[in-house]
Parts: sequence; C-alpha cells; structure tokens
Amino acid sequence: MFSVAALGILVSMALAMARALVGPSVYDRILAVNAFGTKTVLIIAVLGFMTGRPDFLDIALVYALINFIGTIAVLKFVRYGDLGWPRRLEDREKP
Amino acid sequence: MFHHLNRWLFYFGVWLLLSGYLHDPLLLGFGILSCTLCAIVAWRMDVLDPEKEPLRLRLMSLQAFLYWPWLLWQIVKSNIDVARIILDPKLPISPTMISVRPIQRTDLGRVIYANSITLTPGTVTTDLRGDTLDVHALTQSAADDVLAGDMGRRVAQMEQRS
Amino acid sequence: MTLALDLLSWLALLGGLFFLAVGGIGLLRLPDFYTRLHAAGITDTLGAGLILLGLCFQGGWTQITIKLILILVFLWFTSPTATHALARAALADPENSPPMFHKKD
Repeated sequence: MFSVAALGILVSMALAMARALVGPSVYDRILAVNAFGTKTVLIIAVLGFMTGRPDFLDIALVYALINFIGTIAVLKFVRYGDLGWPRRLEDREKP
Repeated sequence: MFHHLNRWLFYFGVWLLLSGYLHDPLLLGFGILSCTLCAIVAWRMDVLDPEKEPLRLRLMSLQAFLYWPWLLWQIVKSNIDVARIILDPKLPISPTMISVRPIQRTDLGRVIYANSITLTPGTVTTDLRGDTLDVHALTQSAADDVLAGDMGRRVAQMEQRS
Repeated sequence: MTLALDLLSWLALLGGLFFLAVGGIGLLRLPDFYTRLHAAGITDTLGAGLILLGLCFQGGWTQITIKLILILVFLWFTSPTATHALARAALADPENSPPMFHKKD
C-alpha cells in the first residue's frame, strides 16, 4: 500500500519538477519548488510508514515548516536582492 | 507577564505532545529548559501578538466550531470543481481579477477571511491593504461566489460572537 | 475491523494521489503563472489532506496520528500564506512581472 503511495507521489513530484525546469518566469519556478516541497513532506511521512519507523514524522513536521520559510526567503531574496531588513523598516513607527 | 506564562504553557504542551516523554525527569527538565529559552527569545523579539488579545478566545467560540467544518466542505467542493476544469480537454477557464471590501473589523478576522479565500482552490488573494481585498479567480463562477460574500459573512459572525 | 481500516486507508491514499496528480498536471497545463497558483492549491489542500488522512487510519489512536494532524495543520496554515506572498510579489514586481492570461472572447 505504502509503496504504491510513494510511487504515485514520486510521479507527481516529477510533474512539479518539469514545471520548475520549464517555467518561464522565476515565480513559476518558486511555485513549483514550493509544491515539490509539500510533496516531499508527504513522501517522508509515507517512507516512515513503509520502513516502520514513525520517527520520520518529526522530520516531515520540520520539513513542512522549513519549506514555508524557505519559500519566503527565496522570494524575498529574488525580490530585494538580500535577506536583511524589510525595506520599509525606517517608516515603521516605534512602539 | 500573564501573556508570557500563557505562551510558555502552550510551548510546553506542544513539547509534551510531540515528544511523549512523560516519565523521564532528565528529559522533562530539558523540555522545560528549552521552552523557557523559547519564551525568553519571543519576549526579547517582542514581535508576537501586537493586538494584545489572546487568540484562543475567539477561535474557540461556537461560531468557530461551525466555521471550520463548513470551510472544509467548501474546500472539498472547490477542489473537485478545479480538478474537473483541469482535466477537461477544452480547459474552460476564464481568469478574472476582482476586488471586494472585507466586512470584518479586526485584523485577525480579515486575515482569516483572506487565508480562507486562498485556501479554497480556484481563488487566490493577491493583496490585502486598507479596505480592499484583491482576489484572482480561476473561473467567473468562483469570482461570483466570492462576490456573493457568504464566506465573509460567516467570518464576520465568528468575530462578533467573541 | 483491520480490513475496513485498510480499505478506508486505500481509498484516502488513492484519492490523495489522484489530487496530487491533478495538481501536477494543472501545473503543467494551465496557461499563466496566476492560474498555476490554483493548481498548486489543489496539491496543498486536498492532495496532502487525503494522503495524511490515509496514513492516520494506519496509525490508529497513537502519537503518530497527533503528529500527522499537526503536519496537516501546519501545511494548511502555511500554504495560503506562501501562495499569497508569491502572488503579491509577482504582481508587484516592477521589472518582470509575469504576464496575465485573459480569455479571448
């Protein structure tokens, strides 16, 4: 059962990877990599069940969070060219 | 102070839930230590929760209990719709941009509304600033659903019953 | 009992795989960036949800299920935020904002 699921997820990962390779704009690529990351979370969880080691779920949990932060970080890097302060920090009023 | 204690209790609850170490005093001590460290870091950063009102009061109301299953049902329905559109050989899409005016009063209500719109496939919130909410819809009928404002009314109701 | 759980688990896993595949096909088939966002939405909501539900049936009432539900909650909270950030960044890009597809009629 789990090997079927893993194979299916791998196929759809290949579809997302194709879009990441073809994608005309950089945003298409980021979107595809984000979807790829979601599927990576799923395949880590399925692999944990396949090998009978549920500890893999912790890794999947962390990957789900890192995937989100990674997407935002890449987006910010593409948009502003660095990962430092937000551009509008100076006009945010101090509490 | 009460806020920070609350946050610490939340962290520790999550730690216990995820680790499941209930009987080993050494590991429990490590858990308490790391939760305290996280609470201190959150306090030093001072960026969390500028609204100064606890989140859970509003998320635990009766309206909220009615809202989440309803949202789940909407997600399932629109997933099936979008899947049918994608698998249709003619690809019957008609992308549109619309802007709506959110009727929620608080920031949290607006964020829940915008996130619900994005979570439902077929509609994506592209901008939320001031009093307008820009939505990109895959089909005209999905855009009409957002314009009808059923979801917005439900979120606003959840907000009032707090 | 085990048979029924296995059956439910198969159903959920196959449904999830179907939606993941539809999301992937949509990612390739749809004409512009903004419509592809909707295809990625399918993958993130029902595709991931059904796969994790199918695993929940196998996990039973243990800590495994708690973790699976927590993964699902994180995915469902973060994916709209990431999608929104992507859409907004693409629209606000001054130099090379991806073109928007309009239906010709």
